[in-house]
Amino acid sequence: MAAPLVLGILVAVTVRAVLYRSSLAGFISERVEVTSPLNAWKRVVEGLALLDLGVSPYSGDVFHETPLIIYLFHFLIEYSELVFMVSFMQCISMSDSFRSFSLVQFKKQKLLMELDRYASDVAELIRTPMEMHYIPLKVALFYLLNPYTVMSCVAKSTCAINNTVIAFFILATIKGSTLLSAIFLALATYQSLYPLTLFAPALLYLLQLQFIPVKLKSKGFWLYTTQYAALYLCSLVVIVGLSFFLLNSWDFILSVYGFILSVPDLTPNIGLFWYFFAEMFEHFSLFFVCVFQINVFFYTIPLAVKLKEHPIFFLFVQLAIISIFKSYPTVGDVALYMAFLPLWSHLYRFLRNIFILSCVLIVCSLLFPVLWHLWIYAGSANSNFYYAITLTFNVGQILLISDYFYAFLRREYYLTHGLYLTRKDGTEAMLVLK
Amino acid sequence: MGLLSDPYRRRALSRLILRLNTPLCILSYLAGLGWFLGLASPPFTLRSYMSENAMGSTMVEEQFVFGERALSYAREFAGHRKKVGGIPVAWLEKTMWNLGLEVYKQPFSRTLPFPDEMRERYMVKGTNVYGILRAPRAASTESLVLSVPCSTGQHNSQAVGLMLALASYFRGQIYWAKDIIFLVNEHDLIGMEAWLEAYHDVNVTEVLSSGCWAGLEAIPRQPVSVGARDVQSPLDVAVGGLGTGAGWPNLDLCTTFPDAFCRKLNGCCAPLQGRLQRTDWDTLPAYVHSLQTLLLMVLKQGSGRPQGDHGLFLRYHIEAITVRGINSFRQYKYDMGTVGKTLEGMFRKLNNLLERLHQSYFFYLLPSLARFVSIGVYMPAFGFLILILVLKALDLWMKLSKCDVGPEEQVCDGDRSAAHAAAEESRPGLLTLVPPLLICHAMGLTLYFLPVLGQHVATQHFPVSESEAVVLTVIAIYVAGLALPHNTHRVLTGCGSERSWMTLKLLSLLYLAMLLGCITLINFSLGFLLAVTMVPVAAIIQPKGPKYLYAVLLVLVTPAVTLLLSIVLYQELIEYPISALECWQLFLQAVSEGLLDHYLYGSIVFPFIALFVYPCWLLLWNVLFWK
Repeated sequence: MAAPLVLGILVAVTVRAVLYRSSLAGFISERVEVTSPLNAWKRVVEGLALLDLGVSPYSGDVFHETPLIIYLFHFLIEYSELVFMVSFMQCISMSDSFRSFSLVQFKKQKLLMELDRYASDVAELIRTPMEMHYIPLKVALFYLLNPYTVMSCVAKSTCAINNTVIAFFILATIKGSTLLSAIFLALATYQSLYPLTLFAPALLYLLQLQFIPVKLKSKGFWLYTTQYAALYLCSLVVIVGLSFFLLNSWDFILSVYGFILSVPDLTPNIGLFWYFFAEMFEHFSLFFVCVFQINVFFYTIPLAVKLKEHPIFFLFVQLAIISIFKSYPTVGDVALYMAFLPLWSHLYRFLRNIFILSCVLIVCSLLFPVLWHLWIYAGSANSNFYYAITLTFNVGQILLISDYFYAFLRREYYLTHGLYLTRKDGTEAMLVLK
Repeated sequence: MGLLSDPYRRRALSRLILRLNTPLCILSYLAGLGWFLGLASPPFTLRSYMSENAMGSTMVEEQFVFGERALSYAREFAGHRKKVGGIPVAWLEKTMWNLGLEVYKQPFSRTLPFPDEMRERYMVKGTNVYGILRAPRAASTESLVLSVPCSTGQHNSQAVGLMLALASYFRGQIYWAKDIIFLVNEHDLIGMEAWLEAYHDVNVTEVLSSGCWAGLEAIPRQPVSVGARDVQSPLDVAVGGLGTGAGWPNLDLCTTFPDAFCRKLNGCCAPLQGRLQRTDWDTLPAYVHSLQTLLLMVLKQGSGRPQGDHGLFLRYHIEAITVRGINSFRQYKYDMGTVGKTLEGMFRKLNNLLERLHQSYFFYLLPSLARFVSIGVYMPAFGFLILILVLKALDLWMKLSKCDVGPEEQVCDGDRSAAHAAAEESRPGLLTLVPPLLICHAMGLTLYFLPVLGQHVATQHFPVSESEAVVLTVIAIYVAGLALPHNTHRVLTGCGSERSWMTLKLLSLLYLAMLLGCITLINFSLGFLLAVTMVPVAAIIQPKGPKYLYAVLLVLVTPAVTLLLSIVLYQELIEYPISALECWQLFLQAVSEGLLDHYLYGSIVFPFIALFVYPCWLLLWNVLFWK
């Protein structure tokens, strides 16, 4: 188990090191799909230069990183490539966390079996320890060798750092450490704001670990929730305060979170924002910015109700929703939730369109640079071509997530009701999504 | 969405695809081919029109009357050229200076990756001379370019003469709102590339140039190149439309020029692809004629070669066309004055433009000058061909995973264990795909890098020249790839199942579809030519059945053979049939030109074929010989 993982890490590091030295690095770091205004390395360098000159890095309209990141790189600029290699640390943490998660799942499954909660004929739906044993390795390899991760690492997009923080958050949550989980969640929120919505799944999971039922009338539930929320808010306040004292100004609030929320930079990317707001009349844009941003946060509530019992799946769906609907998405964000896919490999038989959808995603990824070339360099295509591909890519992602969601629900249904449903008249029944 | 999630409809759909797969594929191929052949006929074509009002034929009144002066410049230039034995830089500088232009020269040098035997050059040294006429009425933010290639030999002196006469006339006018750059470039495309790279301050193709760039602070927002070439007084005009890497100039520009010529000079013909236009449209011979013109255009565009100096401009997002004089054998000829007048009109119309040419079409095919086929109309032809690959891939996928109808049906079939075994089997199946993939791509990399890197070794050991060595190495590596399946099998152990070749075929079909889809967006003709040959064979091959028939078919559709056949077709279309030996020589020449185009001008056809299409084809070859 450890040997293949080490081998995978070696391969991944080699690939990245080779790409750093090759001429492709420059090309990749210029790609709009890989770097966004929020996390482009070029902008970090600019911010550092301003900082060295004694000017506030936020005085221009270029730098949108948080103060902690700029101080991190202020000391580590010489080793920046190594810093971006941390992605394998992330993969280790993810694989580790999924190892413990699978263990928990397995125990739970056994328990439920013993309690006769599952229907009698679902033996083939039960996950075997053999399958679960390889999941951490698969997750690690899937993340390390995913071209999206490789590109985002080679482009030195700080997205890799955000992903690492989120991975540590997941690890802390699954290990059941309330304090660390709250701190890392606060860090992740501080970095890119949207992980705020991960509060709900983390809380649900921690409650599950403490065997506290999720009931609005229960006292223990409220006590624990308050505790976790307080920890989270306190660490957030501490981090923000620290940032204030580092730079001695509140400029970064507007320049980072204002920038994320009000979407002033309409450089094309793989998200849905740029085209809409480039086309829109100025005086409607405030309204639609609100609508678009609420869209990211909105799904948390219904998902929390529906997936109350399955917080890790909820976490996965929430991460996917963030990466689809956030204002400046990059392929690095996509890679983060894709690393979860091996975890749900037992849903494979219930997936309906996985072949078509994976083809769509791959084709779109290839067409991004082609259409960009036609639009920007050849001048023969236009923004509509590029946006069409962006739209297809996002619709593909949405369908993929809903496919997984539906498959998950279906498996749960089969587990409790038995795999071979019959109608009242004795014929074979079928579950239909309407 | 209902179609994708409702199990009943899904089942019906998948049954339809499984059962009617072959008829659907045949139908789709015929539809694609028929659609393409139909492109030359009226319902598919639109009449060319001018989108940009400023480019209309009556927008300016031309007053150029200095044909005689142009001729005398031309004679003087030819004299100096003969004396110097190359481009007379000093004389050009002096003359342009006297006309009141800011004159600069740009020496450049370029060592070719291997000697170009056709044009006899290896280490190229040359000088571009250009003069800038500053716009009196605007800041120098935009410019128009008139470039005249001046190679060794005595060609094109009259074009230089005409350019100088135009420069002296333009200098006297006050209405210029854009700088005009008059450029004489040596070593045609290499000089042009050197100039363009220096102008944009980039270095894409390793041209070494030095020189004073003080004159070029103008941002090229609207440069338009009109490359005048071989302008002789007995004249018809040919318009070359295609750029390198198959860019298209804006259709407005492409139609304005012939339009202007044909209206101003009544009776002057503007042939397209070297063929005179017919006036009628709806008869059968007319259809055949325009189909031939269309095919010529597709073949030329598919080659990815720039058809004139303007081709290099298009890559820098500059609209450009080339005007060529043709010696016609008709009674009435046009003098330099008339040609100059038309060029003047062109420049003044471009000068009047307020924004980039953006209105008209950028993706089009021209079956004749008066008609064009836009992207929305010609893409379905390709779409039908790609549909075959998609249908086949779906078919294979469904055969591979019997669970596409959901777990419910498996149970009533009662072969639960079989399905389970199949799922178990698929895991090693995926791993066996890695070696063929890696080996095929390594072969592609070899094909791309080895010929040029290994030319010196080859010349030491074999009695061939460098350029022959390169071409022959390319062909040798290409053919050596055919032996691959046997070698691959040594690497693989225990992969002889039905599923593994089906998975490999599924993978290569999808790979092919993606490659063709991407290249078609960039270069429709190349994509279509490859699709129309490769797709049907890729769809039918399998390791069972008449293996040798499949092998022959597959060899027939390999890109190299497609190139050979395209050369034959091209020669037939320009009504200049050739013997087999000549054809072979042309083929060798085309290969070396393809490599040179890539190394000199950054054309993507060679790397695309070598790095992607060839490995994909080898994968299919592997499928055929799967044991």
